[in-house]
Amino acid sequence: MTTTELVAYDDAVARYDPVMGLEVHVELSTVSKMFCGCATVFGAEPNTQTCPVCLGLPGALPVTNKKAVESAIRIGLALNCEIAEWSRFARKNYFYPDMPKNFQTSQYDEPIAFGGHTDVVVDGSTVRVEIERAHMEEDTGKSLHVGGTTGRIHGASHSLVDYNRAGIPLVEIVTRPIEGAGANAPAVARAYVAHLRELLRGLSVSDVRMDQGSLRCDVNLSLRSSPQAPLGTRSETKNVNSLRSVERAVRHEISRQAALLDAGQRVVQETRHWHEDTGMTTSGRSKEQAEDYRYFPEPDLLPIAPERDWVDELRATLPELAAVRRARVQIELGFTDLEMRDVLGAGALPLIEATVAAGASPASARKWWLSELARRANDAGMTLEDLPITPAQVAGVQALVDAGHVNDKLARQVLDGVLAGEGEPEEVVAARGLGVVSDDTALSAAVDRAIEANPDVAAKIRAGKAAAAGALIGAVMKEMRGQADAGRVRELVIEKLT
Amino acid sequence: MSDLVRLSAAELASALAAGDVSSVEVTRAHLDRIGAVDSAVHAFLHVDPVGALAQAAAADARRADDDDFPELLGVPVAVKDILTTKGLPTTAGSRILDGWAPPYDATVVTRLRKGGQPILGKTNMDEFAMGSSTEHSAFGPSHNPWDLDRIPGGSGGGSAAAVSAFEAPLAIGTDTGGSIRQPGAVTGTVGVKPTYGGVSRYGLIALASSLDQAGPVARTVLDAALLHDVIGGHDPLDSTSIDTQWPSMAAAARAGDVAGLRVGVVKELGGEGYQVGVQARFEETLTLLVDAGAELVEVSCPHFELALAAYYLILPSEASSNLAKFDAMRYGMRVAPEGVALPSAEEVMRATREAGFGDEVKRRIILGTFALSSGYYDAYYGQAQKVRTLISRDFEAAFAQADVLVSPTAPTTAFRIGEKVDDPLAMYLNDIATIPANLAGVPGMSLPSGLAREDGLPTGFQILAPALQDARLYAVGAALEAMLVDRWGGPLLDMAPELTVED
Repeated sequence: MTTTELVAYDDAVARYDPVMGLEVHVELSTVSKMFCGCATVFGAEPNTQTCPVCLGLPGALPVTNKKAVESAIRIGLALNCEIAEWSRFARKNYFYPDMPKNFQTSQYDEPIAFGGHTDVVVDGSTVRVEIERAHMEEDTGKSLHVGGTTGRIHGASHSLVDYNRAGIPLVEIVTRPIEGAGANAPAVARAYVAHLRELLRGLSVSDVRMDQGSLRCDVNLSLRSSPQAPLGTRSETKNVNSLRSVERAVRHEISRQAALLDAGQRVVQETRHWHEDTGMTTSGRSKEQAEDYRYFPEPDLLPIAPERDWVDELRATLPELAAVRRARVQIELGFTDLEMRDVLGAGALPLIEATVAAGASPASARKWWLSELARRANDAGMTLEDLPITPAQVAGVQALVDAGHVNDKLARQVLDGVLAGEGEPEEVVAARGLGVVSDDTALSAAVDRAIEANPDVAAKIRAGKAAAAGALIGAVMKEMRGQADAGRVRELVIEKLT
Repeated sequence: MSDLVRLSAAELASALAAGDVSSVEVTRAHLDRIGAVDSAVHAFLHVDPVGALAQAAAADARRADDDDFPELLGVPVAVKDILTTKGLPTTAGSRILDGWAPPYDATVVTRLRKGGQPILGKTNMDEFAMGSSTEHSAFGPSHNPWDLDRIPGGSGGGSAAAVSAFEAPLAIGTDTGGSIRQPGAVTGTVGVKPTYGGVSRYGLIALASSLDQAGPVARTVLDAALLHDVIGGHDPLDSTSIDTQWPSMAAAARAGDVAGLRVGVVKELGGEGYQVGVQARFEETLTLLVDAGAELVEVSCPHFELALAAYYLILPSEASSNLAKFDAMRYGMRVAPEGVALPSAEEVMRATREAGFGDEVKRRIILGTFALSSGYYDAYYGQAQKVRTLISRDFEAAFAQADVLVSPTAPTTAFRIGEKVDDPLAMYLNDIATIPANLAGVPGMSLPSGLAREDGLPTGFQILAPALQDARLYAVGAALEAMLVDRWGGPLLDMAPELTVED
């Protein structure tokens, strides 16, 4: 563990040129696992979604899930990759208790997709990220280390293993080195992962839930003295699992490596652990003493030679690509770049689009999802999608506001009612008695009482000081417990006093 | 000895069909025979009398209820201990799986059960099928019924010994480099390695995935064909299983004929290095074929000389990976390292693998791990795969000239227990004639060709056919067998010494 102080970020990027490589693991949302028929439901009771194949029992054999291959090809196509005419699985051999066979069935030198690129918008300008490859593999089981303080294996008294995850299909997407980002590197990394998430969501191939591990990112980073200098030694920071962390991890590694280089030390090629709480990385295992994975072609599986017709068909039926679609949608909704970034960061774009489709204005849809509903989701520890409210219901609430049936304050109570399962917005209004009173007879009487009770104010208004009307409106609202249509009250006050 | 155990499977099937005997009687006769001779032969690692008799009773009931039943319904069978059997111990001859009862049946076993064939028990083998003698079984060697001081071949020596000692009419073997055919040769029985992909490997504990193939072990060619028909055919659980409509092997055996057949004698498989009596019986058998109207062609397969070297790179490489799963984490043996208070998972894995694997297994894991290592892969594993391609081309060229290829199955008759166990290279040479078929995936059969003059022990005759042409093996094998039995005046096994029977 080095005790070198970090270098301030601005100084670090002034002296060194960062080069990144990002490896993203995507868990596919297929119904069954990569090589057997087991279910893939997240959060199921441990070890209930297993069979001889994914437990690696003696004698069991894998059979490739065609749907997973299809998803991998679609991902490759969406990333402008070539789809291999002939591709093979390989065994990656290493021992670990959560790997049932002690080898991972993966792809090595013959990936299903390779040589692509994707265009990422970062602060309004486009950055092209080259894609080295996208390959298929199976996930490992999950180890739970018990008895330590850190949840890591060090210091634990024993470990439990859940093999439900073992054999879930993964696609690993590997970029070529991303050069030239300079001080913008952390933002580019974040934007790339966010972009990938949108793209994958658009393909409907994965839940892309970073919090549940269905999208996981490893960050490779190295520094060099100038863009002309040869590549420096890289570190590989594993399991950086939120957009914010991706940005922070890149930033931290730049500062850390700059400090080492400034001190005349060398960067060690190693894997590093990311610590969400401290925003730091710590040394994992050194690549220099790393295992030799002894890759060789998987003899239990046939090579994958996707028919060209099939690939063409998949290409023809790809949904509109995320970047293109996003640019179009941004124009349609009239959002600024900053607004768009917030919307994408919150994963709210599909919800906002659906809300607009149900009749709300883009601005109001954005307001509800990014403020009120985002706050409630955050409080409940849920994602926006998981909130028990539909875009149509949000549009319904806004329609009530637009029609003057409720004001903003009451509208928030309507949302609470819908979220509490009390029914559609109109039903909540009726049940809770939240409707704004705009019945002129009732309002007129209340306005008369307010004028009578506040003769001074009434005199000011008669004298032309319309701004004083607020006090009378406030009195009416108070009497009607906030359920008066404030606009109509103002009109009545002015009518009666001028 | 009950006469029932001397009957062939086909004869038992007829007797069962005629109602002359019940499956319970047949099964009990074989269990009695096992009880009487297996302490001397040690063909079985596990006998399942309760299960077998229950399956026999079920077979009898099915025959009574239903007119349409499989030909071998009620005919018992022994299964090599490398195929998983639900609830029945499966060790692959290794301590590391001692006590493990699989939660599932291999596809071959499922098909036997569907066919109503009682499973007598699990047969002995070299640990994880590594060996040619069963001396590498963690549970002690099997003995050759022709001479109990000699080996019954391997790795499937238990299945061959069980069939030749009349403990079972039929058995399942597996053949990675000759483990069905070489035991067949040295015990005077018939063994067939089907085309790679012809019989499902699901539930076959893998030694070398690209070479392993399960197949029938029997006393006659027809019996082997009948069993092949039961266990063969496409299985969606095995990606390497061939999806095709196979012809009936039994029909081919019954139609057996060699007239006009072009028989290719492989120059590289025979002559120097082959025991005199083995070579002599091989040549006599060739003259029988010629007398029956076959035409002999000499063919050359120059790359077969490299087969053994390539095999001993490919097999250990695949095995080193296949055997990694035996780590004490989920099933089987678990050994705590000595003197370690709180051992880590890795320490337990190491201690278990050290205690659980025998020397031959460790030798091959080390070889394979080395051959796959970065920096050596191209020179060893990569090069061996190229040799494999050349061997396949040799076969293609040879099969352009001949319908079948023939050779002695093994270079020697059964050797004495202990004779070669400390000389791995001498042991490996037993498979010199059988390995090429595994490397190319083509089917092969061994059938008895007589007794070597110098030691009076059985010799084997190997027939190889192009991939998918398994039926040709049975047609040729059955015709040849008929001529040989005619010459001998009865089955070769009639000449085997009587085993001392325990009461």
